[in-house]
Amino acid sequence: MSSLPGWKALPPGCPVQEPLSAHKNHTGSWRSERPLWNHDHCVKCGVCDMFCPEACIKANAEGFYLANLDYCKGCGICMMECPTQCISMKQEEE
Amino acid sequence: MSSELTNVFAAKMLPQAELFSPGHRACQGCAPALAMRFMLKALGPDTIICNSTGCIEIISSSYPESAWGVPWIHVAFENSAAVASGVEAGLKAMMRKGRIPERKITVLAQAGDGGSMDIGLQAISGALERGHDMIYMCYDNEAYMNTGIQRSSGTPYGAATTTSPAGKHSFGQSTWKKSFAEIAVAHHIPYVATASVSYPFDFMEKLKKAAAVKGPALIHVFAPCPTGWRCASNVAVRLGRLAVQTAAFPLYEVVDGRFRITQNVPHLKPLKLYLQPQGRYRHLTDDQIEYLQAELRKRYAALVARAEATQE
Amino acid sequence: MGTRKGMEVSIGIAEAAMMANVDVIPAYPITPQTHIVEHLAELVADGHLDAEFVPVESEHSAMSAACGSMAAGARTFTATASQGLALMHEILFIASGMRLPIVMAVANRALSAPISIWNDHGDVMAERDTGWLQVFVENGQEAYDHVLWCHRVAEDHDVLLPIMLNFDGFILSHVVEPIEVWSPEEVKQFLPDYVPPYRLDVDNPWTFGAVGIPDIYAETRMAHNEALTDSQKVMEKAWNELSEVVGRKYHAVESYKTDDADIVFLIMGSVAETCMTACDQLREAGKKAGVVRIRMWRPFPFAEIAKELGGRKVVVAVDRALSTGGCGGPMASEVKGALYHLDKRPQVIEFIAGLGGRDITIGDFMDMYDKGVAVASGGALPRYELLGVRA
Repeated sequence: MSSLPGWKALPPGCPVQEPLSAHKNHTGSWRSERPLWNHDHCVKCGVCDMFCPEACIKANAEGFYLANLDYCKGCGICMMECPTQCISMKQEEE
Repeated sequence: MSSELTNVFAAKMLPQAELFSPGHRACQGCAPALAMRFMLKALGPDTIICNSTGCIEIISSSYPESAWGVPWIHVAFENSAAVASGVEAGLKAMMRKGRIPERKITVLAQAGDGGSMDIGLQAISGALERGHDMIYMCYDNEAYMNTGIQRSSGTPYGAATTTSPAGKHSFGQSTWKKSFAEIAVAHHIPYVATASVSYPFDFMEKLKKAAAVKGPALIHVFAPCPTGWRCASNVAVRLGRLAVQTAAFPLYEVVDGRFRITQNVPHLKPLKLYLQPQGRYRHLTDDQIEYLQAELRKRYAALVARAEATQE
Repeated sequence: MGTRKGMEVSIGIAEAAMMANVDVIPAYPITPQTHIVEHLAELVADGHLDAEFVPVESEHSAMSAACGSMAAGARTFTATASQGLALMHEILFIASGMRLPIVMAVANRALSAPISIWNDHGDVMAERDTGWLQVFVENGQEAYDHVLWCHRVAEDHDVLLPIMLNFDGFILSHVVEPIEVWSPEEVKQFLPDYVPPYRLDVDNPWTFGAVGIPDIYAETRMAHNEALTDSQKVMEKAWNELSEVVGRKYHAVESYKTDDADIVFLIMGSVAETCMTACDQLREAGKKAGVVRIRMWRPFPFAEIAKELGGRKVVVAVDRALSTGGCGGPMASEVKGALYHLDKRPQVIEFIAGLGGRDITIGDFMDMYDKGVAVASGGALPRYELLGVRA
């Protein structure tokens, strides 16, 4: 049985009333490899964040970058674009 | 962060808000999805998007999930420019009649190359001619990707798609990519630009200019598709750069009919560097690549000449 | 009571849209609707109507722009006919599925091929399933009144559905009729401003037109269907309100001299007036004829049809459209469907007349009546007949 509402509860035209609700969809399960940062070589430039199609790379408290694995699809663009080449891709074990 | 700061080419100076949420269903390494992030960072939250059916629409709006943090409407495939015309007119009337407060809201219509250059061209032409204060953005991945990689009039010469396959009697797409930006220029609108996700600051600057201009503006943004182009998922940004550097997709803007190349490439790179990582070109012979390179460079030279001529 | 003016019905419709203070008019010209959009352009140009007149480049874009402006929260009016309506087809389902209360006047005109600019109901019959509210009017006064009524009904928060106002092309659109215009006070009393329940709003960034995955599609269609069916209540309420303001009373189904009628005509649109004149002549000759006119076409008036026609002996249904290769007359087939479950059903003799603008005369109605009498006296019930077609 679907968890979606019945017809009586639907607003007319069925708009999605919660902006950014896609965040509930954890696309991290899609990936077959994950990016790993060598923070010794990370210069905190933010290029990986900028070029991530998932918008899931953010700086930690110290300013070094890492991917939110709930969403990271493992595309590897961050690895390709990093100016210091401090990102490597590692196969997912599972 | 202030929006003026994109003049400083620092990734960290970009606005932090993500108005295009993670959790969308785009393929791994999708450049159009990346384009959405840049578009919203440039335009900000006071933006209404009218989206055609296509990759971006499908992956961002699967009920009850939406990746959008701005008001967004999808009606049909060929008509986002017409829908946006209506939104713009509606807002204009309502503000003038005092029903909603006067406020700068950017109305943007968008579609892929198929939804823009093919089925959407009429509605775009109409919207541009009527002079609506809006932006039209085409995110160009050079085929009807969402339905499975069929050719469009944005598919480049020699590229293989499922409806322009390479075979014994075919070398792929046998026609030249439509010059979509020049079609827009022919409508005498105040601002037209080509852009690439690989030059994000150039892209975002152009969006800001488009938003600031009174009247219609059109942005044609090049956005590689690893799935459709048969390349690795990590090369979309690299390919977008190579396309510019080999003259496959020159970056320019046209302000009131005056052309200006915005990413000058004095020494074009060999086209082979751009074509080689893409499976959709693997059937091309060296002769065909040479021909293609010569043609693209000729067209680039013509663009440079046009820029010089119109700047006088 | 307003001033009675002689005006072309198309002009009247445009004037009513002006009185409704519409905000956006996406307009594309097509015979025989052109005078509506022309007059609206003049009214806007001269400052009588504060609206955005958007001269779109096709009807498909007209309906698309109407979806956009309606979603932005603006009162939206447009008009079309025939090929233009057909070109809008794709978007009509979307406008209603997205619950956008657009008001559209349709100057009913035959569909190509062959190309015809003249009146019949073929254009709107091709749009029965689009999920729009649909009404038919019979004269200029009704057309004028119903523009205001359509906004009142469509924009009601219990309805929120687009609505087609069908009026016969040329027969009404290009004819001067006496129309009592409403005063601004009367309009204010009857038609509130449009208050969208939600809209494209940067302070409330919702997503409209999301993908209807299989898990939700059927529910949205159910909701739409129920809303459309239930809108009859709002329609009747609005007709009552209208009569309180200007004294004219309209109904979903209207009856003329049907109380003791053996044989009843069933008809829609302006030719109903000719039919009623024929009915008067039949009555003078001692024949018990009556006329039932459907005004509310969608939602279909099941209860009223069953009530009006259920106990009759013979119904002479006159369609102004042909469902080629199918049931014949669309209106007749829907009415028969509505009567099917009754224990006592009338015989329905079907005629299709007036295609491509051919006149339906009083003589034609007399012929149809006689054929109805033959069936009432035990004669065989023929399949539908295309009236007056030369062999």
